[in-house]
Amino acid sequence: MTALLHVDNVSKRFYGFVALDDIDLEVQPGERLGLSGPNGSGKSTLVNCICGALQYESGSVHFDGHLIDGLAVHQRTQRGLARTFQLPRPFHSLTLADNLRIPLLYTVHARSGPMRSAGDLDSRCHDLLDMVGLADKAKRMPRDLTQVEMRKLELARAMAAEPKLLIADESMAGLSHSEVGDILALLVQLNERGITIILIEHIMSAVMSFSQRLAVLVSGKKVADGKPEDVVRDPEVVRAYLGE
Amino acid sequence: MNALKFSLIAIGVGLLVLAFAHWLKLDYFYFAGYTILQFIVLATAWNILGGYCGYVNFGSAAFFALGAYSAVFLHKLYPLPIPFLIVISAVVSGTVGFGMGYLTLRLRGAFFAIATLALSVVLQTLVVNWAYVGGSRGAYIIRPETIEFAGIQFNYIEYLFVLMLVLAVVALATTRTIERSQLGFGFATIRDDELAAEASGVPTLRLKLIATTLSGAFMGMAGAPFPYYISYLQPASAFGLEYTVNSIAMPMIGGTTSWVGPLLGAVLLGSLQQYATVTISSAVNLLIVGLMLVGFVILAPNGLVGLVQERLYRRRRP
Repeated sequence: MTALLHVDNVSKRFYGFVALDDIDLEVQPGERLGLSGPNGSGKSTLVNCICGALQYESGSVHFDGHLIDGLAVHQRTQRGLARTFQLPRPFHSLTLADNLRIPLLYTVHARSGPMRSAGDLDSRCHDLLDMVGLADKAKRMPRDLTQVEMRKLELARAMAAEPKLLIADESMAGLSHSEVGDILALLVQLNERGITIILIEHIMSAVMSFSQRLAVLVSGKKVADGKPEDVVRDPEVVRAYLGE
Repeated sequence: MNALKFSLIAIGVGLLVLAFAHWLKLDYFYFAGYTILQFIVLATAWNILGGYCGYVNFGSAAFFALGAYSAVFLHKLYPLPIPFLIVISAVVSGTVGFGMGYLTLRLRGAFFAIATLALSVVLQTLVVNWAYVGGSRGAYIIRPETIEFAGIQFNYIEYLFVLMLVLAVVALATTRTIERSQLGFGFATIRDDELAAEASGVPTLRLKLIATTLSGAFMGMAGAPFPYYISYLQPASAFGLEYTVNSIAMPMIGGTTSWVGPLLGAVLLGSLQQYATVTISSAVNLLIVGLMLVGFVILAPNGLVGLVQERLYRRRRP
């Protein structure tokens, strides 16, 4: 198996409601996958199942050649599976730099053994903030940030864990057109550094310009998976978005 | 300032307090000082779980009493010097803290608080029905008048005061070290957002168990010398409401994000209570705590330390 992420027949129910119905999904190393679908189609549920925040009833998830079912969220993060949240969830009582210090301490350190020196940590935090253009706000608190800066912090924190796969859950919801462009450019730049990215997004123009491959969920089922330009012409996808 | 330097300074301050007390030659100072120091330890212990991790523990009295009753039990079984009792009480209370954490840490907010309150009630019922440690009648501990060290006679209350002073220094040095370590950063993320903490690789359950164990152990240590201090221990006093209320109120008033907070709160509230006990009545103590807590929650929800931090932050910001 060469896929970086292999989701195999995963199903998730909330009592009587089937949120995910036998989902199969493969992501190759270095790929940029778009994951789209109407509200309530199960995108975030799928992310939560892949990251371990939700337990799935059946099916299995392999990451980087290993079965990761039953692993806690932090164990999956330590193996190189990072995510951002749909609504930014910064650590409110820590400065921006310290927000990034957490994954560095708990993930990178846990992976590579010896603790980086204090100076190494500081410069790494600074580099990451620089990458998202927040370097001058290193000592500020998250409450001083604008919405788009908050999204960038969220991305930087996910990147601080030095992941192999980054799942960006609606990183652009509620942003203006130019801000969407900012975030997209950032994601493409990360992908060029060799990080596999799953982008979950409503904004069609963003998904189309970003994705090499597009998968669409409707009511917990995967209805399409392929080249973006083919997928958007798929009758089932059109019906889900526009109705009969 | 590294941990060693801080410990040396803390010990220095402790010795100064001791020299002052010695110079004063006033037994009452030791009695009052002991209580304040005991609250410094309790408040600092509560803050490890309540302040750093954000899990409000209403069972402080249970851990305190657990320490005190461990001492009573051992005193009856085979009398040991108090420092040994402190260590054993720490192990007992730490173990119970670990167990409580394991059973209840899946609960958040009010539910966790209720579970800790329940623990307190359960333990008190156990003690009341356990005749060996005195049951509801209580237990008498006859303490010697003096204790001898290297040929010099010391007043026993001075000895207890010194023990509690050492405990307070150890508790403060420990929490200050935690605060600046990887552990402390992990605790802060648990307080802020547990799911985001997990997603950043923080093993939240393990960290919370470390916090409940440490917090319980320090509360037990604070309780161990108590039977010798009060010389008559009954369940109602060991499980007293004032321990639960004070160990929450003191960090809240001082500020919960830093080791300075519980220290400030305990010194401030503790001295005020001692003053009120002498001048008015000990019954007014809880009223003082209540009023101050209401005042602080409205005017300075992050305590004294929070006020200062906010001002510094505003000044630094362009």
